[in-house]
Amino acid sequence: MDVKDLNSPGYEIPPEMQGLVAITTLDKVYNWGRSASVWPLMFGLACCAIEMICAAASRYDTARFGMEIMRPSPRQSDLMIVSGTVTKKMIPIIVRLYNQMPEPKYVLAMGACASGGGPFKEGYNVVSGVDKFIPVDVYVPGCPPTPQALLNGLMKVQEKIKGEHWKNSRWYQKGPDTVEIPVPLLGPDLIDPRKIGLAQTGAKGQEA
Amino acid sequence: MATPAPVAALNLSARFPGSVTADARPGYSGWIVEKGKLLEVTQALRDEFGCDYLSSVTGVDYLPEGKMEVVYQVYKTTGGPGLLVKVQVPRADPVEVPSVVSIYPGAELQEREIWDLFGIQFSGHPDLRRILMWEGFAGHPMRKDWKEAYYEEDGKPFKTRWPEGKHALAESKNPFGDNISYPAGFDPEKWIPEDAEKALYGALARYEVRDEAGLGTDHVIVNMGPQHPSTHGVFRIAVMLDGETVVSLKPVMGYLHRNHEKIGERNTFLMNMPYTDRLDYLSSMSNNFGYALAVEKLMNVRPPERAEYLRVMMAEMTRISNHLMAIGALTNDLGAYFTPMLYALEERELILDIFEAVSGARMMCNYFRFGGVARDLPEGTLQKIKDLFFERLPRRIDEIDRFLTENEIIRARGIGQGVLTAEDAIKYSAAGPLLRASGIPYDVRRAEPYSIYDRFDFEVCVRQNGDIYDRLMIRFDEIRQSLRIIQQAVKQLPEGPVAAVKPAYQVRVPAGEAYGRVEGPKGELGFYVISNGKPSPWRYHVRAPSFINLTAFGPMCTGQKIADVVAVLGSIDIVLGEVDR
Repeated sequence: MDVKDLNSPGYEIPPEMQGLVAITTLDKVYNWGRSASVWPLMFGLACCAIEMICAAASRYDTARFGMEIMRPSPRQSDLMIVSGTVTKKMIPIIVRLYNQMPEPKYVLAMGACASGGGPFKEGYNVVSGVDKFIPVDVYVPGCPPTPQALLNGLMKVQEKIKGEHWKNSRWYQKGPDTVEIPVPLLGPDLIDPRKIGLAQTGAKGQEA
Repeated sequence: MATPAPVAALNLSARFPGSVTADARPGYSGWIVEKGKLLEVTQALRDEFGCDYLSSVTGVDYLPEGKMEVVYQVYKTTGGPGLLVKVQVPRADPVEVPSVVSIYPGAELQEREIWDLFGIQFSGHPDLRRILMWEGFAGHPMRKDWKEAYYEEDGKPFKTRWPEGKHALAESKNPFGDNISYPAGFDPEKWIPEDAEKALYGALARYEVRDEAGLGTDHVIVNMGPQHPSTHGVFRIAVMLDGETVVSLKPVMGYLHRNHEKIGERNTFLMNMPYTDRLDYLSSMSNNFGYALAVEKLMNVRPPERAEYLRVMMAEMTRISNHLMAIGALTNDLGAYFTPMLYALEERELILDIFEAVSGARMMCNYFRFGGVARDLPEGTLQKIKDLFFERLPRRIDEIDRFLTENEIIRARGIGQGVLTAEDAIKYSAAGPLLRASGIPYDVRRAEPYSIYDRFDFEVCVRQNGDIYDRLMIRFDEIRQSLRIIQQAVKQLPEGPVAAVKPAYQVRVPAGEAYGRVEGPKGELGFYVISNGKPSPWRYHVRAPSFINLTAFGPMCTGQKIADVVAVLGSIDIVLGEVDR
């Protein structure tokens, strides 16, 4: 982004100063900085993770978008790429990782499985999409999505970041920094603490 | 190598009269052993008949007959076809079979899997816990009378989808609105969670150290994963440490258990083909190969010549791309962070381009069909293959080899570390590069040639030391041999059709059992398929090399430093899609 792009329309700059000075909004600078250095969580689940590695490697190179620094620790990352089938055994860990990520945080559901269960949806150990538990910002279709598709998804995340307004950001509001999502439990089947009431009525319905 | 006596000719029923009978069901083979004699028979198989290698163990639920069966596949590491040994037990809880871990330690993880999925108890098993599902999960899901939450019908295509096409979201049919079903009367508010890790940590070997003054030191348990950058996916390791030295190690898996077999038994035979792609997602063509072989055995069809050559070419390309990734990942684990990986991935991308040209997809090729392949090479692809496999790759492999293998750090961390001796490799049913790096020249392509592998001139790669360095080097050797095979295949490639039968959505598969195995990049990949004449298989089991190779992981790491655990795991080269299925 050069000075010209940074300048917001509606401000007159004398001709001799053009190219040297830009008058802009705080949002633009703030969002530009954030969107150009999104650090994804190094977190591969299944097949899609291989395409994610390919997207980060020699040919496709996410470094062009400022995203080459994959952090193995959730505490240092901004973007969780859910790359693969989410299983019931894994979902407590995914939710915990999401809770550990600091705001602002974004989630990209990569591929059919993460978006809605995919070809394995009917399986007894498969969660029908990661959005049953954590909020998803961008869905990328495909099984697996090609690296180009993932790059397109990453650009959508950047677009979303660029459209945000710092005054409305939930991480600058009063109250707790982030909303913790209750971690699901592994009982006779997966137990979502948010839906215990439903589980009770559902169980009664099943008995009858 | 002299041709060994075919194992099938062994007459087990003469050796054990009365307790062993030949399996006479039509389409079946092998021997049925009485439950009480199982240990005696397997001991004799190993010691007298020379079947020293237990390849796979699996369960079958014959619900209509009221029986459960455990199927053992054994063979000789000198070559030749395998031998099936079966035990039948009545299907009344508790279903119980003696464990063969004392004779074939390679059965350890597989028996745990059968206990988890079929609920067959193995008496005498040293560590019988659930493996793919978690402790406390209700039921044993691979049993035929166990229905999943989204259950619709026993076989596909479901009537809601075809021909009526009135499909609604699966969630809308479930009382919980989700993929969940609880046992009747279960109340989550009154449910008291058990300590899920207690059994796992209890299974680790304990130790106690006391100094002269009588002061004791406590043990240290370290958990790695499932979210860990070096575990190649969602794999978890629990390690008991004494200082930095590994005392005991248990792999924990199931975080990517996608119910491949349960879904596979609802699918029609052909529907399973794209699912096999997603087993070992780095080498989908090889997975297709194994499954196609198994079903073709049942259907008794042979693909035309051109299809055979295309199959071999694709399978060997897969091996090269897989080994490139394995080399990149192993050097990653050894500390050469991502640079060798970039070199390897650059070449892999070129192979994926060829896959994309022939099959339409980079990774999930779904290219094989029963009796052929899906389509012929598109125009210009053969030239691309020639350029890549005759000119570029041989040069680039030598380059990667030159950069890496004399490196001081790789030698220091590889040579003499994580040793698996030849005896242990056979004992723990290790397969593929892991077995051959330990000095056992066993390769299914030579031991029981399938497809047209008997026409090619190539060597079975073998290394003698069984350490991390040898397992790295054997992958370079195998890439070079695969290049040789591809070069020969390209030169001999005949013209002609690529499918023996007309493409159809539904194939007729006669009743019977078949075990098709190929030498996949990770080792022996086998598909055990039982058909009862219906459109979907009655039993569909995958002998996954990554999963069974992990049996040797604990013993290989014991006595090593904790930092080497990562390197040993990298040298086994696992893919979690195949470990957990």
